[in-house]
Amino acid sequence: MSEIQIADVAMRFRTRRGEVRALERISLTVPDGQFACIVGPSGCGKSTLLMIAAGLVTPTEGEVLLNGKVTLEPGADRGMVFQSYSLFPWLSVRRNIEFGPEIKKAPPPDRRKTSSELIRLMRLDGFADAYPSALSGGMKQRAAIARALANDPEVLLMDEPFGALDAQTRQIMQELLTDIWQRYRKTVLFVTHDIEEAIFLGDVIYVMTSRPGRIRTTLKVDIPRPRTFDTLTGPRFTELRNQVVGIIHEESLKAVESELVRA
Amino acid sequence: MSRVPAARVAPVPSAARPRRRRGFTRTYLTPKQAIPRRARVILAVGSFVFVVGVWTLLAALVQNPLSALFVPSPYQVVLTWWDMMVNLAFYNDVGWSTFRILAGFLLAAVVAVPLGLLMGSFEAVRSFFNPPINAIRYMPASAFIPLLILLQGLGEDEKITIIWIGVFFQLVLMVMDIAHRVPDEMLNVAYTLGASRWTVFYKVFLPATFPEVVDALRITMGWAWTYLIVAELVAAEHGIGSFILIAERYLRADRIIAAIITIGILGLITDTLFAVIHRLAFPYVQKVRA
Repeated sequence: MSEIQIADVAMRFRTRRGEVRALERISLTVPDGQFACIVGPSGCGKSTLLMIAAGLVTPTEGEVLLNGKVTLEPGADRGMVFQSYSLFPWLSVRRNIEFGPEIKKAPPPDRRKTSSELIRLMRLDGFADAYPSALSGGMKQRAAIARALANDPEVLLMDEPFGALDAQTRQIMQELLTDIWQRYRKTVLFVTHDIEEAIFLGDVIYVMTSRPGRIRTTLKVDIPRPRTFDTLTGPRFTELRNQVVGIIHEESLKAVESELVRA
Repeated sequence: MSRVPAARVAPVPSAARPRRRRGFTRTYLTPKQAIPRRARVILAVGSFVFVVGVWTLLAALVQNPLSALFVPSPYQVVLTWWDMMVNLAFYNDVGWSTFRILAGFLLAAVVAVPLGLLMGSFEAVRSFFNPPINAIRYMPASAFIPLLILLQGLGEDEKITIIWIGVFFQLVLMVMDIAHRVPDEMLNVAYTLGASRWTVFYKVFLPATFPEVVDALRITMGWAWTYLIVAELVAAEHGIGSFILIAERYLRADRIIAAIITIGILGLITDTLFAVIHRLAFPYVQKVRA
């Protein structure tokens, strides 16, 4: 049982121009083993929401509950993957992956077993002893995901993990991630601005509005799994995409208008 | 899944294929373009030959015997340098200067690096130390010499203090900047991997700063030489600076030049040492070939 719940979270920043409402009363629950995606226009606060879920940012109001317990600090129970990979450049791929287990003081043979398995699963064979600087963007992100998984977190939080990758690599990574998810059945909260990515990966999609960020619509993705490359060309996929595109477009327009009003 | 067959590329008849141009312009005048290894070596050696050549030419052109005294040829300087070593125990002065440099530099680094790291990571520490350090940084170390002579006299501690002042205030701010630039995400990811604040500090934050800290040490080491020589020129019994001053009294331009070149070589040696340390300690840093 690994369920993460965001309860009435609101976030306000104080700036010189006054108070900015970044997030307003957001509540959502990701039940055990669900892959939930948050999409929204840029600047809607979706990354902030994820940082709050990780415990890295304290919300102005509301709280984050993990299996019903309030969380106040970041911890190994909520693993995070950032867009910028943020691997530790001075550690080899293997040592990066073993970082979490090492902190937990897991016995070295266990660590090695975990990292070897993830290196194979993430198709990083032959790069175990390489430093991150020798890896391509896609490989770096695979290593970062492996590092998060090595800790066996209750929830995996992913902040636009494929945002910096080219379209081809991104597609491959999405397929790999669905495979991995099918295998581990982690509870995942995945933030992206890429609508197709959200539909391809998610069980459920939360569409956020622009500032102040709110959840405007919740969509169930009823496309059966396992999803493959062919899913992208199916009629249901297109239907869902058009629906989300419409909502996001409306929201983006609103955001631009409100910026014009302010200016 | 539909696969589009890859379009076959018809081979271009060799006669019609445009020849790849390897002209001078393309190789040497394209910005940021790598040049052949051989050309690099020739240019590096060539620059040295050029400098020595111009110098020799200048020395030969000066006919006036009085001026000739002040413009010795490279060959003469080499002879003088040998003479200095054998007959004037110049190595003693080199030893004194090196000792002062090492003492002043190490004492500065031992305080500046930890303080800089703390200033870069804790805003409270930064807010407290930054204003005075920033102000003192703009006060030239050499201006402190008369004051330090009054306070400390003409001994070793005065020289070492000058170097300390010259290095410390620059180094501490450089290290602070380095620490400040460690990406937040790198620390955040460590927290979500279960690391405590202390673990994040010594397992992520510190190693993330090390390569650049060594670079900063290398740069400030170069400055330390400048401050030392100034301190020795003002007042010292031995050391390269005082040697230069005495040479001036005897109108020995050749000795001055030989001493200056010695400093250059010593600087080159320390710089190479730092580069080697950097390469051995941080093999993961990909550096542009110097």
